Amino acid sequence: MMALSRKMLEEEPSELELLLPWHATGRLSAHDARRVEEALASDPALARQYDAIREEYAETIALNESLGAPSGLAMQKLFAGIDAEPERRPPVTAGLAARVSGFFSNLSSRTLAWSATLGAIVLVAQAAVIGIILTKSQSGTFQTASLSMNEPVTRDLGRAAPARALVRFSPDARVADITALLDKYQASIIGNARGGMFRLQFGDQAMSKDDLTSLVNKLASEKIVSLAVPAQ
Amino acid sequence: MSAPQAASDEVLIARIARGDRLAMQVLYGRHHVRVFRFGLRLVRDEQVAEDLISEVFLDVWRQAGKFEGRSAVSTWLLAITRFKALSALRRRKDLELEDEAALAIEDTSDDPEVAATKKDTGEALRKCLGGLSPEHREIVDLVYYHEKSVEEVAEIVGIPENTVKTRLFYARKKLAELLKAAGVERGWP
Repeated sequence: MMALSRKMLEEEPSELELLLPWHATGRLSAHDARRVEEALASDPALARQYDAIREEYAETIALNESLGAPSGLAMQKLFAGIDAEPERRPPVTAGLAARVSGFFSNLSSRTLAWSATLGAIVLVAQAAVIGIILTKSQSGTFQTASLSMNEPVTRDLGRAAPARALVRFSPDARVADITALLDKYQASIIGNARGGMFRLQFGDQAMSKDDLTSLVNKLASEKIVSLAVPAQ
Repeated sequence: MSAPQAASDEVLIARIARGDRLAMQVLYGRHHVRVFRFGLRLVRDEQVAEDLISEVFLDVWRQAGKFEGRSAVSTWLLAITRFKALSALRRRKDLELEDEAALAIEDTSDDPEVAATKKDTGEALRKCLGGLSPEHREIVDLVYYHEKSVEEVAEIVGIPENTVKTRLFYARKKLAELLKAAGVERGWP
């Protein structure tokens, strides 16, 4: 046994010997762990070294745990540093889907679990909006100046812009609540602006100013809406 | 109904990349103690180690958008901490002092304090762990305390995986020598 220990001192360590610390911490692959186990069972010198490693492992943890924890000042300093950072803006190239998913992932962790559902809802809603636009746009007219000299040149692609509003949802709003609210108002999210404000569109019909004001006031009184204002 | 799960570190990083301060607080809460301890073991100065924490997490705030998830977030944090700690050490020009401190530990066999620890192998071990060189201390901590795999240590320290294995082996041999000098025999090597 002594001869083996001396041998270990003089020679380069074996591959399995080098892996012993990671066997102790459970960070070896199943294959390597099995090889080490077999070697430990048949080599008393290796097993003795492994005992020493387990001792080192325990004392390293004890030593580090005795170091205590930093004061609260470190966190204050960090957030003061963050406050001093320039405002973070979403990339210009970020699409609507990225912005919408960004908003929802900022909600509670419970809400995160609904992200897959949201993806499906957004897809269905987009398909519905595209379908409606295609159907309705067929009623529009398009005339070119070359066909008639008697009528004025017109370019009527439909009607006036549909009603829109900027909305900020409350932080605890869940996806299911927001989806229900969008259904209730026949609204769809068409984009978000700064400060977490989302641009909603109500159907595809234009609306009088009074009607829009009334609708926005009603929207603002919803529990999950913290702010709603008319938008272009 | 399953219990709600906490957001993973990777999800928190994605939220931090979008400027979510709450996600930053959660990530900080999860990791700041280990980051502090790893930094403290490297720089050996509590004030410097505290400063390191805010520097490390501020880097996370700035670089979160570049995190690709190829390694664990904790591994990334330790790699940043190591880089910051070494920069701090270079600033203080303390590397020579660290080496001197390590050498001083080797010559303490007749120190009454060390002699008193002979009866307590655990205490002697902890004392000798503190006497390792910064390079050896770092690898011992990463493997035993932070429980990093060979691949993760290689990534944090920036050395080949084989070097990780041999460096820990020689750190352990050095530890055994320090223990022997302190009068503690463990049967290895």
